[in-house]
This record gives sequence, structure tokens and C-alpha cells, in this order.
Amino acid sequence: MQVSEALLFQLGALLTTLAVLGAAARRFALSPIPVYLMAGLSLGKGGILPVAAAGEFVMTGAPIGIVLLLLTLGLEFSATEFATSLRHHLPSAGVDIVLNATPGAVAGWVLGLDGVAILSMAGVTYISSSGVIARLLEDLRRLGNRETPAVLSVLVLEDFAMAAYLPLLAVLASGGNWLEAVAGMIVAIGALVAAFAASYYWGHHVGRLVAHPDSEQLLLRVLGITLMVAAISEFLHASAAVGAFLVGLTLTGETADRARRVLGPLRDLFAAIFFLAIGLAVDPKELLPVLPVALALGAVTAATKLVTGIYAARRDGVARRGQLRAGTALIARGEFSLIIIGLVGVASPAVAALATSYVFVMAIAGPLLARFVGGPPPAGAGVAN
Amino acid sequence: MDVKEVLLPGVGLRYEFTSHQGDRIGIIARRGGDFDVVLYGRDDPDEARPVFHLTDEEADTVAQILGAPRIAERLTELTREVPGLEAGQIHVRPGSPFVDHPLGDTHARTRTGASIVAIVRNEDVLASPSPAEMLRARDVLIVIGTEEGIAGVEQIVDKG
Repeated sequence: MQVSEALLFQLGALLTTLAVLGAAARRFALSPIPVYLMAGLSLGKGGILPVAAAGEFVMTGAPIGIVLLLLTLGLEFSATEFATSLRHHLPSAGVDIVLNATPGAVAGWVLGLDGVAILSMAGVTYISSSGVIARLLEDLRRLGNRETPAVLSVLVLEDFAMAAYLPLLAVLASGGNWLEAVAGMIVAIGALVAAFAASYYWGHHVGRLVAHPDSEQLLLRVLGITLMVAAISEFLHASAAVGAFLVGLTLTGETADRARRVLGPLRDLFAAIFFLAIGLAVDPKELLPVLPVALALGAVTAATKLVTGIYAARRDGVARRGQLRAGTALIARGEFSLIIIGLVGVASPAVAALATSYVFVMAIAGPLLARFVGGPPPAGAGVAN
Repeated sequence: MDVKEVLLPGVGLRYEFTSHQGDRIGIIARRGGDFDVVLYGRDDPDEARPVFHLTDEEADTVAQILGAPRIAERLTELTREVPGLEAGQIHVRPGSPFVDHPLGDTHARTRTGASIVAIVRNEDVLASPSPAEMLRARDVLIVIGTEEGIAGVEQIVDKG
């Protein structure tokens, strides 16, 4: 076995840098995602430091990052939670789609982009970042707040909407026509329903297939099956991300809890690599010219998310201040928007540049706005962590 | 008491109730087994102020402190009201013939008139166990009956 010292050293230096920068971001209660993007931008194409050896590994690892992000997201969900969210917040989800997908689509149209690019921009501005927001609610100690169920329900419904949207986009981005794309979407929705039924009626049987008292066995089994399903769904043009999400949905109960625990660290590593890869693939010189557009789009979609949150929280009978907290909490965009960029990035560099700088703006602005608009985190007894 | 239960997708459940002093108290039961206890402020009824965070194990301990003595208390109160009625504890030794057998196999009530009203196992209390409940070595049975009845159950559990 040939040990490449260049690869090991560059990768090690990269991860160490991410750790230091990420810790700094967390000190200010910011999401580390913009920091990872920034690191990717400064290193890759047109950056200050070329990392050829590690770059190859990062590009190979990025799809695994997407798969793991979606797998763990799927593991989080249960059929009951989806049903409850749907029952209480279907109108909120409608408001969410209309208000937040429209600005992205309009921006794409005004900039003269093609149909696929317009669709992808709509997705980028629509989808809030469940990862960033879940962490944010925890950090700001808002899990017990009355507006929080509304926020979480909106996120759940967005994530499910993504399961229908990604195959549509994946087919179109790979050059398929609309008919094939809609077929792909229907297949994905069918698979989603099947996965739900499977987890609802035979969840423990599916669990038994992968369950094993040994963590190593569990990790290998879940990861192996997920990667294969992801590959098959990618082959069917339904996007690897959706396949991984479905596997996550199918696993429930104890197996899901343990799988989440053993996959967590792996997910963190490969998600960071995925964010890096997005940064590496984009030339920072292309970002600056689109930054004003990204900022304007950010301002508009921050406002529309605010309205969405206010609407959803009001449905739950939350008072004014709680409504504002819900609205600002939803502003952050992150991993899903980046997954969309990953899907169309090669086909449409203009979208990649605009959407990357947009996510960059929103992943910084979202947590900051949530922190300052809703009031400081409440001081409580025993604020040890 | 009126306890409101709210689903928190991806997080767990939240329970809410008002104490007799008018404090609105919330308990967040997380999927991972941790608990947060929060208090809702009077100026902003939607904002939760964290009171404390408990790990799985700590929550179990708190539950025992709050819950276990009350079971015992209630039992002694009950037995005090009826003359001749006693409550007793019987330890299931590892050598007992009923280890890994269902509780119903002891036919304790038919044979002695005394009832097994709870099983204390490690840290848990199984209140009013069904006859199908399996007995384990080192379980402690809480028995209510006459003095002779309780002694009879002890005899049965020990020797069959």
C-alpha cells in the first residue's frame, strides 16, 4: 500500500483548520457551515492555496456526505410526527412554498437563466436548514418555547417536500425532459409512501435486518445498505439523497436511535467534507460579482421566511414575540440548498455561484437574526454548558 | 391534573401543566432519554426559561425520589384504614422456584388471600403487576393482606 504523505498531511491540515475556525464560529453561536464554505473557497479553484492531493479525496467524499446527511435526517423522522405536522401545518407549508420559492424563481428568471436553473433557485431559497435551525433552537434554549413545534413542523414538511423535489431536479439537471422528471418524482413519492408503510407496519422487521448488538456491525450494515440504495436511486435518476432519506425513514425505534448514535461522528466528518467540496468547486472570483444579488435575494427571502414563521406560530396561538422568534429562526438556509447546488452545479455554473454566495449570506445572517430579534437566550439556573 | 402533551418533531415530547401556585411548568422529554425542565415566564407566556437539564439516569433518580415514597405512603395509609390489614415486602431469592416463572404460577391470592400489589425490580416499580408478569431473582414483592397471609406468600415464594 502506497502511503501518500501529501494526502495525509493536507487532509489533516484541512480538518485542523476546520476545527479551529468552526470552534471560533460556535463561540459566537454561528453555524460552522459558512466557515467550511469559506475554507473550501480559499483553497480550491482560484483560491490562495492549492490542495491537489486532498482535493481529490474531498471530491470523492462529498457524495458520501450528502448520503449521510439525508440518512440521519431520515432516521430523525417518524410517521406520527409527519402526520401530526401535516395535520396542523399543511397551510403553513403552503404559505412557505409560495412565499419562499417565488423569490428564487423570479431572481432566476430576471437573470435570464434557463428553466432548470430557475427551478433550482426556487429550491435554494425555499428550503430552510433543518441542521442549522435544530442546533440554533438548542443553543438559544428555545426547545421548550411554544412556537417551537410550529418551527419544527415547518421544517419536517420542507424536508419531505425535498424528497419529491430532488428527483424532479435531478432528472432535469441530467438532461431529461419534463415527462421523465415528473415520472421520477412520482417514483420517488411512491417510494416515500412505501418506506413509510414499511416503517409503520414492518419497521421492527426491517430493523431486525440491520440490528446487531455490536456497534461496528450496525454501522457497516446500515451504511452498506444505504450506499447501495443511494446508488440505485441515483441510477434511476431519483437522486442518491432521496434513496438515503428513504432508508433512514424505514428504520425506526431502538435501531434508529442506535444507528443515529454510531453514524453521528461519521456524518459530521463527511458533511464537513461536503461543505468544503462545494467551496472548492466554486471560484471565489465568480462570487464577488453576484454578491449584491445574493444580498438582495437574502433580504427578500429573510422577510418571506419571517412571514412564514409568523403565520405558522399564529396558527398555534403563539403571541407576537413568539411569532417573531419563529420567523427569524426559520431564516437560515444551509445543507439542502447546497445539495441542490451540488446537483446542478456542473450544468449551470451561474446558479452555483449565486446560490453559494446566497447560502453563505443566509447561513450567517439566519442565526444572527434569530439570536437578536427574539431576545437573548433566557438565563436560567444551571447554565453550565 | 391536566397535563398537555405536545409533539416536537425530531426532538421528542413536551408536557405542560400549571402548578397550584400558578406556575406554568414544562418538561421536555427528548428522544435520547434526557429531560429538560422549563418554566414559562409571566411576561412572555411562550418563552421557556430553562430550569435544569437531566440525563437519563438523573431523571430516573428524580422520578424515584418523587414517585416511590408516595406508593409506600399510600399503601400504609390504606392499611391503616382497615384493621387487620398489613403491607409487607417479600424478597425473591435467586433459589426460589418461581424465578423466571410468571407471577400467576404462585397462586398466592387463592392460597393465602394476600395480594401482590407491586414488584420492585432494580430501580423500577411495577404497580399492580399482571399474573403474566415474570418474576426475577432479587425482585421485591409488595404484598397486602393479613399478617398470616403475608407470611404465607413468603413461604410460597421461598419453597413453592
